[in-house]
Amino acid sequence: MTATAYDPIAFHDGLVRHGLIVPAGVDGIFGRGAVFEDVLARFDKLILGIAEKDDAQVLLFPPTIDRSIIEKTHYMDSFPHLVGAVYSFFGKELGARQLSEQINAGEAWGEHLAMTHVCLNPAACYPVYPTFAGTVPEQGRLVTLFAWVFRHEPSIEPTRMQAFRIREYVRCGTPEQVVEWRNMWLQRGVELLQSLGLPARSDVAADPFFGKGGKMLATSQLEQELKFEVLVPVISEQNPTATCSFNYHQDKFGEAFGIKTPDGQTAHTACLGFGLERVTMALFQTHGFDPAAWPAPVRQLLWA
Amino acid sequence: MSENAARIRAVLKDHARLNRDAETLDDDSDLYQAGMTSHASVNVMLALEGEFDIEFPDHMLKRSVFESVGAIAAAIGELTEGR
Ligand SMILES: [Zn+2]
Repeated sequence: MTATAYDPIAFHDGLVRHGLIVPAGVDGIFGRGAVFEDVLARFDKLILGIAEKDDAQVLLFPPTIDRSIIEKTHYMDSFPHLVGAVYSFFGKELGARQLSEQINAGEAWGEHLAMTHVCLNPAACYPVYPTFAGTVPEQGRLVTLFAWVFRHEPSIEPTRMQAFRIREYVRCGTPEQVVEWRNMWLQRGVELLQSLGLPARSDVAADPFFGKGGKMLATSQLEQELKFEVLVPVISEQNPTATCSFNYHQDKFGEAFGIKTPDGQTAHTACLGFGLERVTMALFQTHGFDPAAWPAPVRQLLWA
Repeated sequence: MSENAARIRAVLKDHARLNRDAETLDDDSDLYQAGMTSHASVNVMLALEGEFDIEFPDHMLKRSVFESVGAIAAAIGELTEGR
């Protein structure tokens, strides 16, 4: 028995009723309670544990990134509908007064703001690629990141958030190194989620590219099997939720940031990210809202 | 057909960002092998729509339709049939 029916509203209300999440006014933005956070942190620790011997370099970036990363990676060609560009006020006294007056009168006030040099980070791995610039070592690079990411897709559906956390691994090197690593993790990711009693399976996937050109990009991504997801039913059995996503970027970031392998070729990259909130929600949906009552093997793994 | 092929090559020259001259391509040369990225192929698709006053339906928005001058010409032939 799952915690609720496979229904977005029923599941959302169940999470709220049990104090696991706390509504915060805007769709896709909510607070997390102590029990939710405990499970999320324990799952993150579990990932780090199984990947420990890979010896990934640990890096942490703030949730805001250099706007030029968005520009150099052509993010806006593909996902203009998801971006969170940070705007601020650059005006003088008079402008500030008009701004206040308009806000206090309940009027629109966006016209007083202008673009800053930062954007909210849309994907955990973006800030790491500029740090790879130059020639990577023979064995390539492997980095792990923990990141808050932003995507402007407000929804009442609890697994579709505007801001959420990712445990990410990024591999950079020759095409062979990168693909071998991706395939190793694909199996590892499915096994990890299955070991927690989640009915996980992997499938090819496509990003939510914008518009008509986006349809073509999505088809092309599917045809080339560049993206995989590990899916677990959370709010729907027919459309299971992507809890972990694997992306093979080929030479996209290598080209954008001048990353080379020792043989002088443009480096290839791949990344994988566990959606930490989504896995946490999958655990609550699958095993119930009270972790004390979860199956012993699941508890043993998380509370070992 | 050959007139269409010349117009297709002109579109490719402007939008496909190929690593070789579009004029030197055979009708069956693989455009992706010649350096056309997925993003460039979107620009090619949109430019062809303008050039030939056509609209590619969803089922044609896939790699194989844009993989060579010949494949593009066949698709355009299908869309402009009876004009
Ligand atoms: Zn990534």
